[in-house]
Amino acid sequence: MAALLALLRRDLALAYRQRAELMQPVLFFMLVISLFPLGVGPGPETLKMIGPGVIWVAAILSSLLGLERLFRDDFTDGSLEQLILSAVSLPAAALIKVLAHWLTSILPLIVISPLLALFLHLSEAMYWALLATLLLGTPLLSLIGAIAVALTIGLNRGGVLLALLLLPIFIPLLIFATSAVEAASMNLPFGAQLAFIGAMFLFSLALAPFAIAYALRVSQN
Amino acid sequence: MSVISAHDLSVIKRDRLLFERLSFDLCKGNLLYVKGPNGAGKTSLLRVLTGLVEPESGQVRFAQKHIKSCREEYNQQLVYFGHKLGINHSLSAVENLSYWCQQHHVKVCRQQIFTTLETLNLVGLEDIPAGNLSAGQQRRVALARFWLNNHARLWILDEPFTALDTQGIALLTEKLQDFLAAQGAVIMTSHQKLDFACTQELYLEYRL
Repeated sequence: MAALLALLRRDLALAYRQRAELMQPVLFFMLVISLFPLGVGPGPETLKMIGPGVIWVAAILSSLLGLERLFRDDFTDGSLEQLILSAVSLPAAALIKVLAHWLTSILPLIVISPLLALFLHLSEAMYWALLATLLLGTPLLSLIGAIAVALTIGLNRGGVLLALLLLPIFIPLLIFATSAVEAASMNLPFGAQLAFIGAMFLFSLALAPFAIAYALRVSQN
Repeated sequence: MSVISAHDLSVIKRDRLLFERLSFDLCKGNLLYVKGPNGAGKTSLLRVLTGLVEPESGQVRFAQKHIKSCREEYNQQLVYFGHKLGINHSLSAVENLSYWCQQHHVKVCRQQIFTTLETLNLVGLEDIPAGNLSAGQQRRVALARFWLNNHARLWILDEPFTALDTQGIALLTEKLQDFLAAQGAVIMTSHQKLDFACTQELYLEYRL
Protein backbone atom coordinates (compact mmCIF):
# COMPACT_ATOMS: atom_id res chain seq x y z
CA MET A 1 0.00 0.00 0.00
CA ALA A 2 2.81 2.40 0.93
CA ALA A 3 4.50 1.50 -2.34
CA LEU A 4 1.36 2.41 -4.32
CA LEU A 5 1.04 5.73 -2.49
CA ALA A 6 4.67 6.44 -3.30
CA LEU A 7 3.95 5.73 -6.96
CA LEU A 8 1.00 8.14 -6.91
CA ARG A 9 3.12 10.82 -5.24
CA ARG A 10 5.85 10.28 -7.84
CA ASP A 11 3.46 10.66 -10.78
CA LEU A 12 1.82 13.75 -9.30
CA ALA A 13 5.23 15.33 -8.59
CA LEU A 14 6.31 14.58 -12.16
CA ALA A 15 3.12 16.09 -13.57
CA TYR A 16 3.76 19.24 -11.54
CA ARG A 17 7.32 19.53 -12.94
CA GLN A 18 6.01 19.14 -16.49
CA ARG A 19 3.05 21.46 -16.10
CA ALA A 20 3.73 23.21 -19.41
CA GLU A 21 3.06 19.92 -21.15
CA LEU A 22 -0.08 19.43 -19.05
CA MET A 23 -1.51 22.80 -20.10
CA GLN A 24 -1.65 21.73 -23.76
CA PRO A 25 -4.81 19.57 -23.56
CA VAL A 26 -6.59 22.23 -21.48
CA LEU A 27 -5.73 24.99 -23.93
CA PHE A 28 -6.71 22.80 -26.87
CA PHE A 29 -10.05 22.04 -25.17
CA MET A 30 -10.77 25.73 -24.59
CA LEU A 31 -9.71 26.81 -28.07
CA VAL A 32 -11.79 24.19 -29.88
CA ILE A 33 -14.90 25.05 -27.90
CA SER A 34 -14.49 28.80 -28.21
CA LEU A 35 -14.15 28.43 -31.99
CA PHE A 36 -17.61 26.93 -32.37
CA PRO A 37 -19.68 30.07 -31.56
CA LEU A 38 -17.53 31.88 -34.14
CA GLY A 39 -17.95 29.17 -36.74
CA VAL A 40 -21.63 28.32 -36.50
CA GLY A 41 -22.90 31.71 -35.35
CA PRO A 42 -23.76 32.95 -31.86
CA GLY A 43 -27.49 32.04 -31.96
CA PRO A 44 -28.36 30.60 -28.49
CA GLU A 45 -30.65 27.93 -29.96
CA THR A 46 -28.02 26.49 -32.34
CA LEU A 47 -25.33 26.56 -29.67
CA LYS A 48 -27.60 24.89 -27.15
CA MET A 49 -28.30 22.14 -29.64
CA ILE A 50 -24.69 21.35 -30.53
CA GLY A 51 -23.18 22.28 -27.14
CA PRO A 52 -23.13 18.91 -25.34
CA GLY A 53 -21.75 17.10 -28.38
CA VAL A 54 -19.08 19.76 -28.92
CA ILE A 55 -17.89 19.60 -25.31
CA TRP A 56 -17.74 15.80 -25.35
CA VAL A 57 -15.94 15.55 -28.70
CA ALA A 58 -13.45 18.19 -27.54
CA ALA A 59 -12.94 16.30 -24.27
CA ILE A 60 -12.24 13.03 -26.10
CA LEU A 61 -9.82 14.66 -28.54
CA SER A 62 -7.92 16.55 -25.87
CA SER A 63 -7.69 13.45 -23.68
CA LEU A 64 -6.05 11.70 -26.65
CA LEU A 65 -3.49 14.51 -26.83
CA GLY A 66 -2.07 13.87 -23.39
CA LEU A 67 -2.60 10.12 -23.31
CA GLU A 68 0.86 9.08 -24.48
CA ARG A 69 2.45 10.75 -21.45
CA LEU A 70 0.96 7.93 -19.40
CA PHE A 71 3.74 5.41 -20.11
CA ARG A 72 5.99 7.00 -22.76
CA ASP A 73 8.66 8.50 -20.48
CA ASP A 74 8.68 5.51 -18.16
CA PHE A 75 9.15 3.20 -21.13
CA THR A 76 12.01 5.14 -22.73
CA ASP A 77 14.01 5.74 -19.56
CA GLY A 78 13.52 2.21 -18.20
CA SER A 79 11.46 3.13 -15.13
CA LEU A 80 8.80 0.79 -16.47
CA GLU A 81 11.20 -2.17 -16.38
CA GLN A 82 12.05 -1.36 -12.80
CA LEU A 83 8.35 -1.06 -11.97
CA ILE A 84 7.60 -4.46 -13.51
CA LEU A 85 10.46 -5.93 -11.48
CA SER A 86 9.38 -4.24 -8.25
CA ALA A 87 7.45 -5.64 -5.34
CA VAL A 88 4.25 -3.84 -6.38
CA SER A 89 1.61 -5.83 -8.22
CA LEU A 90 1.49 -4.54 -11.79
CA PRO A 91 -2.33 -4.24 -12.22
CA ALA A 92 -2.52 -2.15 -9.04
CA ALA A 93 0.36 0.01 -10.22
CA ALA A 94 -1.35 0.45 -13.60
CA LEU A 95 -4.54 1.58 -11.87
CA ILE A 96 -2.57 4.12 -9.82
CA LYS A 97 -0.93 5.49 -12.94
CA VAL A 98 -4.32 5.84 -14.62
CA LEU A 99 -5.65 7.63 -11.54
CA ALA A 100 -2.71 10.04 -11.57
CA HIS A 101 -3.26 10.67 -15.27
CA TRP A 102 -6.97 11.35 -14.75
CA LEU A 103 -6.27 13.74 -11.88
CA THR A 104 -3.67 15.71 -13.79
CA SER A 105 -4.91 15.67 -17.40
CA ILE A 106 -8.67 15.24 -17.29
CA LEU A 107 -9.81 16.81 -14.04
CA PRO A 108 -8.65 20.29 -15.20
CA LEU A 109 -10.97 19.91 -18.21
CA ILE A 110 -13.91 19.21 -15.91
CA VAL A 111 -12.94 22.12 -13.67
CA ILE A 112 -13.10 24.64 -16.53
CA SER A 113 -16.24 23.09 -18.03
CA PRO A 114 -18.70 25.55 -16.34
CA LEU A 115 -17.06 28.41 -18.21
CA LEU A 116 -17.37 26.55 -21.51
CA ALA A 117 -20.99 25.63 -20.81
CA LEU A 118 -21.56 29.36 -20.52
CA PHE A 119 -19.93 29.92 -23.93
CA LEU A 120 -22.38 27.45 -25.45
CA HIS A 121 -25.53 28.73 -23.72
CA LEU A 122 -26.21 25.48 -21.85
CA SER A 123 -29.05 25.74 -19.34
CA GLU A 124 -28.44 24.85 -15.70
CA ALA A 125 -30.18 21.47 -15.97
CA MET A 126 -28.07 20.65 -19.02
CA TYR A 127 -24.89 21.65 -17.22
CA TRP A 128 -25.54 19.33 -14.26
CA ALA A 129 -26.25 16.45 -16.65
CA LEU A 130 -23.07 17.26 -18.56
CA LEU A 131 -21.05 17.32 -15.36
CA ALA A 132 -22.45 13.94 -14.29
CA THR A 133 -21.62 12.36 -17.66
CA LEU A 134 -18.12 13.88 -17.61
CA LEU A 135 -17.41 12.63 -14.08
CA LEU A 136 -18.59 9.10 -14.90
CA GLY A 137 -17.38 8.94 -18.47
CA THR A 138 -13.90 10.50 -18.50
CA PRO A 139 -12.34 7.84 -16.19
CA LEU A 140 -13.40 5.40 -18.90
CA LEU A 141 -11.37 7.41 -21.44
CA SER A 142 -8.29 7.09 -19.21
CA LEU A 143 -8.77 3.39 -18.48
CA ILE A 144 -9.38 2.25 -22.06
CA GLY A 145 -6.84 4.72 -23.39
CA ALA A 146 -4.20 3.26 -21.07
CA ILE A 147 -4.65 -0.20 -22.60
CA ALA A 148 -4.06 1.20 -26.09
CA VAL A 149 -1.05 3.25 -24.94
CA ALA A 150 0.44 0.19 -23.24
CA LEU A 151 0.00 -1.81 -26.45
CA THR A 152 1.52 0.79 -28.77
CA ILE A 153 4.29 2.06 -26.49
CA GLY A 154 6.94 -0.11 -28.15
CA LEU A 155 6.19 1.32 -31.59
CA ASN A 156 7.73 4.52 -32.82
CA ARG A 157 5.15 7.18 -33.59
CA GLY A 158 2.20 5.24 -32.29
CA GLY A 159 0.20 8.47 -31.98
CA VAL A 160 -2.02 8.16 -35.04
CA LEU A 161 -2.50 4.45 -34.50
CA LEU A 162 -3.63 5.27 -30.97
CA ALA A 163 -6.37 7.59 -32.25
CA LEU A 164 -7.47 5.02 -34.84
CA LEU A 165 -7.69 2.32 -32.19
CA LEU A 166 -9.50 4.41 -29.62
CA LEU A 167 -11.97 6.69 -31.37
CA PRO A 168 -14.32 3.88 -32.52
CA ILE A 169 -14.37 2.46 -28.98
CA PHE A 170 -15.44 5.80 -27.55
CA ILE A 171 -18.49 6.12 -29.84
CA PRO A 172 -20.99 4.42 -27.44
CA LEU A 173 -19.80 6.66 -24.62
CA LEU A 174 -20.29 9.75 -26.78
CA ILE A 175 -23.80 8.66 -27.81
CA PHE A 176 -24.99 7.98 -24.26
CA ALA A 177 -23.39 11.13 -22.85
CA THR A 178 -24.86 13.52 -25.41
CA SER A 179 -28.25 11.83 -25.22
CA ALA A 180 -28.24 12.32 -21.42
CA VAL A 181 -27.62 16.05 -21.79
CA GLU A 182 -30.23 16.32 -24.54
CA ALA A 183 -32.78 14.62 -22.28
CA ALA A 184 -31.89 17.07 -19.51
CA SER A 185 -32.48 20.00 -21.87
CA MET A 186 -36.08 18.81 -22.31
CA ASN A 187 -36.45 18.22 -18.56
CA LEU A 188 -36.69 14.47 -19.08
CA PRO A 189 -35.03 11.96 -16.73
CA PHE A 190 -31.59 10.85 -17.88
CA GLY A 191 -30.87 8.18 -15.27
CA ALA A 192 -30.83 5.38 -17.84
CA GLN A 193 -28.04 6.94 -19.89
CA LEU A 194 -26.03 7.62 -16.74
CA ALA A 195 -26.55 4.02 -15.66
CA PHE A 196 -25.16 2.79 -18.99
CA ILE A 197 -22.09 5.01 -18.68
CA GLY A 198 -21.68 3.93 -15.06
CA ALA A 199 -21.88 0.27 -16.05
CA MET A 200 -19.25 0.75 -18.77
CA PHE A 201 -17.04 2.57 -16.26
CA LEU A 202 -17.32 -0.15 -13.60
CA PHE A 203 -16.74 -2.89 -16.15
CA SER A 204 -13.57 -1.24 -17.41
CA LEU A 205 -12.47 -0.44 -13.84
CA ALA A 206 -12.64 -4.14 -13.03
CA LEU A 207 -10.88 -5.46 -16.13
CA ALA A 208 -8.72 -2.67 -17.58
CA PRO A 209 -5.95 -2.86 -14.90
CA PHE A 210 -5.27 -6.48 -15.83
CA ALA A 211 -5.36 -5.72 -19.54
CA ILE A 212 -2.98 -2.77 -19.05
CA ALA A 213 -0.59 -4.93 -16.99
CA TYR A 214 -0.64 -7.64 -19.64
CA ALA A 215 -0.06 -5.14 -22.45
CA LEU A 216 2.86 -3.59 -20.55
CA ARG A 217 4.49 -6.99 -20.15
CA VAL A 218 3.99 -7.78 -23.83
CA SER A 219 5.54 -4.44 -24.82
CA GLN A 220 8.75 -5.46 -23.04
CA ASN A 221 9.37 -8.19 -25.62
CA MET B 1 22.47 -24.18 -2.72
CA SER B 2 21.26 -23.05 -6.11
CA VAL B 3 19.92 -19.49 -6.30
CA ILE B 4 18.90 -19.38 -9.93
CA SER B 5 18.96 -22.01 -12.61
CA ALA B 6 18.05 -22.14 -16.26
CA HIS B 7 16.67 -25.28 -17.90
CA ASP B 8 16.80 -25.79 -21.67
CA LEU B 9 16.29 -22.12 -22.48
CA SER B 10 15.76 -21.16 -26.11
CA VAL B 11 15.24 -17.58 -27.17
CA ILE B 12 14.16 -16.30 -30.57
CA LYS B 13 14.33 -12.60 -31.35
CA ARG B 14 13.05 -11.15 -34.63
CA ASP B 15 12.97 -14.60 -36.25
CA ARG B 16 16.59 -15.30 -35.31
CA LEU B 17 17.45 -18.09 -32.91
CA LEU B 18 19.82 -16.54 -30.36
CA PHE B 19 20.58 -19.70 -28.41
CA GLU B 20 18.90 -23.00 -27.67
CA ARG B 21 18.87 -25.59 -24.90
CA LEU B 22 20.91 -23.41 -22.60
CA SER B 23 21.14 -24.66 -19.02
CA PHE B 24 23.12 -23.51 -16.03
CA ASP B 25 22.95 -23.50 -12.29
CA LEU B 26 24.21 -20.64 -10.16
CA CYS B 27 24.90 -21.11 -6.46
CA LYS B 28 25.30 -18.68 -3.59
CA GLY B 29 28.53 -16.68 -3.61
CA ASN B 30 29.14 -17.31 -7.31
CA LEU B 31 29.40 -15.01 -10.29
CA LEU B 32 28.25 -15.99 -13.75
CA TYR B 33 30.08 -14.01 -16.39
CA VAL B 34 28.26 -13.99 -19.73
CA LYS B 35 30.54 -13.34 -22.69
CA GLY B 36 30.02 -13.12 -26.41
CA PRO B 37 30.14 -10.76 -29.41
CA ASN B 38 27.57 -8.02 -30.04
CA GLY B 39 24.22 -9.45 -31.05
CA ALA B 40 24.89 -12.86 -29.53
CA GLY B 41 21.95 -12.48 -27.16
CA LYS B 42 23.57 -11.52 -23.85
CA THR B 43 21.04 -8.81 -23.05
CA SER B 44 18.18 -11.03 -24.19
CA LEU B 45 19.40 -13.80 -21.90
CA LEU B 46 19.52 -11.43 -18.93
CA ARG B 47 16.03 -10.10 -19.66
CA VAL B 48 14.72 -13.66 -19.84
CA LEU B 49 16.37 -14.41 -16.50
CA THR B 50 14.70 -11.39 -14.86
CA GLY B 51 11.32 -12.49 -16.19
CA LEU B 52 10.80 -9.37 -18.33
CA VAL B 53 10.79 -11.47 -21.51
CA GLU B 54 9.33 -14.92 -21.98
CA PRO B 55 11.67 -17.55 -23.42
CA GLU B 56 10.57 -19.51 -26.48
CA SER B 57 10.95 -22.71 -24.50
CA GLY B 58 12.52 -23.81 -21.24
CA GLN B 59 12.24 -22.25 -17.83
CA VAL B 60 14.07 -20.20 -15.24
CA ARG B 61 13.88 -21.31 -11.62
CA PHE B 62 14.59 -19.22 -8.57
CA ALA B 63 15.27 -21.29 -5.43
CA GLN B 64 13.88 -24.35 -7.27
CA LYS B 65 10.61 -22.58 -8.12
CA HIS B 66 9.52 -21.41 -11.55
CA ILE B 67 9.91 -17.60 -11.54
CA LYS B 68 6.37 -17.18 -12.84
CA SER B 69 4.94 -18.89 -9.78
CA CYS B 70 6.91 -16.81 -7.28
CA ARG B 71 7.22 -13.52 -9.11
CA GLU B 72 6.68 -11.33 -6.06
CA GLU B 73 9.25 -13.17 -3.96
CA TYR B 74 11.70 -13.22 -6.87
CA ASN B 75 11.32 -9.50 -7.53
CA GLN B 76 12.08 -8.73 -3.89
CA GLN B 77 15.32 -10.72 -4.04
CA LEU B 78 16.49 -9.34 -7.37
CA VAL B 79 18.19 -6.12 -8.42
CA TYR B 80 18.39 -5.62 -12.18
CA PHE B 81 20.65 -3.07 -13.81
CA GLY B 82 19.88 -2.90 -17.52
CA HIS B 83 20.75 -0.79 -20.54
CA LYS B 84 17.96 1.59 -19.66
CA LEU B 85 18.79 3.03 -16.29
CA GLY B 86 15.31 3.68 -14.97
CA ILE B 87 16.29 7.19 -13.90
CA ASN B 88 13.68 9.85 -14.59
CA HIS B 89 15.31 13.00 -15.95
CA SER B 90 12.93 15.44 -14.27
CA LEU B 91 13.35 14.00 -10.79
CA SER B 92 16.50 14.50 -8.74
CA ALA B 93 18.85 11.68 -7.81
CA VAL B 94 17.46 11.50 -4.27
CA GLU B 95 13.84 11.41 -5.47
CA ASN B 96 14.59 8.75 -8.06
CA LEU B 97 16.23 6.54 -5.46
CA SER B 98 13.71 7.08 -2.70
CA TYR B 99 10.75 6.26 -4.98
CA TRP B 100 12.63 3.20 -6.23
CA CYS B 101 13.26 2.03 -2.66
CA GLN B 102 9.61 2.48 -1.71
CA GLN B 103 8.47 0.49 -4.74
CA HIS B 104 10.85 -2.31 -3.83
CA HIS B 105 9.90 -2.34 -0.14
CA VAL B 106 13.39 -1.24 0.85
CA LYS B 107 13.30 0.79 4.03
CA VAL B 108 15.85 3.59 3.91
CA CYS B 109 15.93 7.07 5.38
CA ARG B 110 16.94 10.16 3.43
CA GLN B 111 20.23 10.24 5.28
CA GLN B 112 21.17 6.78 3.98
CA ILE B 113 20.53 7.87 0.40
CA PHE B 114 22.72 10.93 0.91
CA THR B 115 25.57 8.86 2.38
CA THR B 116 25.30 6.37 -0.48
CA LEU B 117 25.48 9.14 -3.06
CA GLU B 118 28.50 10.48 -1.17
CA THR B 119 30.20 7.07 -1.44
CA LEU B 120 29.55 7.22 -5.18
CA ASN B 121 31.16 10.66 -5.46
CA LEU B 122 27.96 12.56 -6.21
CA VAL B 123 28.22 15.14 -3.43
CA GLY B 124 26.40 18.35 -4.32
CA LEU B 125 24.45 16.74 -7.16
CA GLU B 126 21.75 15.15 -5.03
CA ASP B 127 19.02 17.70 -5.64
CA ILE B 128 19.40 18.74 -9.26
CA PRO B 129 17.30 17.03 -11.96
CA ALA B 130 18.97 13.81 -13.05
CA GLY B 131 18.74 14.92 -16.70
CA ASN B 132 21.42 17.55 -15.99
CA LEU B 133 23.94 14.95 -14.84
CA SER B 134 26.53 13.42 -17.19
CA ALA B 135 26.06 9.89 -18.55
CA GLY B 136 28.54 8.44 -16.07
CA GLN B 137 26.95 10.27 -13.15
CA GLN B 138 23.51 9.00 -14.12
CA ARG B 139 24.88 5.47 -14.13
CA ARG B 140 26.31 6.05 -10.68
CA VAL B 141 22.88 7.14 -9.46
CA ALA B 142 21.35 3.95 -10.88
CA LEU B 143 24.15 1.86 -9.34
CA ALA B 144 23.33 3.31 -5.91
CA ARG B 145 20.49 0.74 -5.81
CA PHE B 146 23.07 -1.96 -5.11
CA TRP B 147 24.20 -0.06 -2.03
CA LEU B 148 20.67 0.67 -0.81
CA ASN B 149 18.93 -2.66 -1.32
CA ASN B 150 20.58 -4.93 1.20
CA HIS B 151 18.07 -7.76 1.27
CA ALA B 152 18.55 -8.87 -2.34
CA ARG B 153 20.25 -12.19 -3.02
CA LEU B 154 20.69 -11.93 -6.77
CA TRP B 155 22.10 -9.13 -8.88
CA ILE B 156 21.79 -9.08 -12.65
CA LEU B 157 23.95 -6.47 -14.35
CA ASP B 158 24.09 -5.67 -18.05
CA GLU B 159 27.35 -3.93 -19.00
CA PRO B 160 27.67 -2.13 -15.66
CA PHE B 161 31.13 -0.68 -16.38
CA THR B 162 30.15 1.29 -19.50
CA ALA B 163 30.68 5.06 -19.14
CA LEU B 164 32.20 4.70 -15.65
CA ASP B 165 35.62 6.17 -14.86
CA THR B 166 38.41 4.05 -13.29
CA GLN B 167 37.42 5.11 -9.79
CA GLY B 168 33.82 4.12 -10.46
CA ILE B 169 34.90 0.74 -11.82
CA ALA B 170 37.02 0.15 -8.71
CA LEU B 171 34.10 1.06 -6.43
CA LEU B 172 31.71 -1.28 -8.20
CA THR B 173 34.25 -4.11 -8.34
CA GLU B 174 34.77 -3.81 -4.61
CA LYS B 175 31.02 -3.79 -4.00
CA LEU B 176 30.59 -6.91 -6.17
CA GLN B 177 33.31 -8.73 -4.24
CA ASP B 178 31.70 -7.80 -0.91
CA PHE B 179 28.33 -9.04 -2.14
CA LEU B 180 29.80 -12.34 -3.36
CA ALA B 181 31.60 -12.79 -0.04
CA ALA B 182 28.24 -12.25 1.71
CA GLN B 183 26.76 -15.23 -0.20
CA GLY B 184 25.08 -13.20 -2.95
CA ALA B 185 24.85 -14.41 -6.53
CA VAL B 186 25.72 -12.23 -9.52
CA ILE B 187 25.08 -12.57 -13.24
CA MET B 188 26.77 -9.99 -15.43
CA THR B 189 27.90 -9.19 -18.94
CA SER B 190 30.85 -7.00 -19.75
CA HIS B 191 33.32 -6.43 -22.54
CA GLN B 192 35.95 -5.34 -20.08
CA LYS B 193 38.40 -7.71 -18.45
CA LEU B 194 37.32 -8.46 -14.92
CA ASP B 195 39.83 -7.68 -12.16
CA PHE B 196 38.64 -10.55 -10.03
CA ALA B 197 38.11 -14.24 -10.56
CA CYS B 198 34.67 -15.22 -11.74
CA THR B 199 33.50 -18.67 -10.83
CA GLN B 200 31.43 -19.49 -13.89
CA GLU B 201 31.66 -18.38 -17.48
CA LEU B 202 29.14 -18.69 -20.25
CA TYR B 203 30.08 -18.00 -23.84
CA LEU B 204 27.31 -17.16 -26.31
CA GLU B 205 28.15 -17.44 -29.99
CA TYR B 206 26.73 -15.21 -32.67
CA ARG B 207 24.43 -17.32 -34.79
CA LEU B 208 23.11 -16.49 -38.20
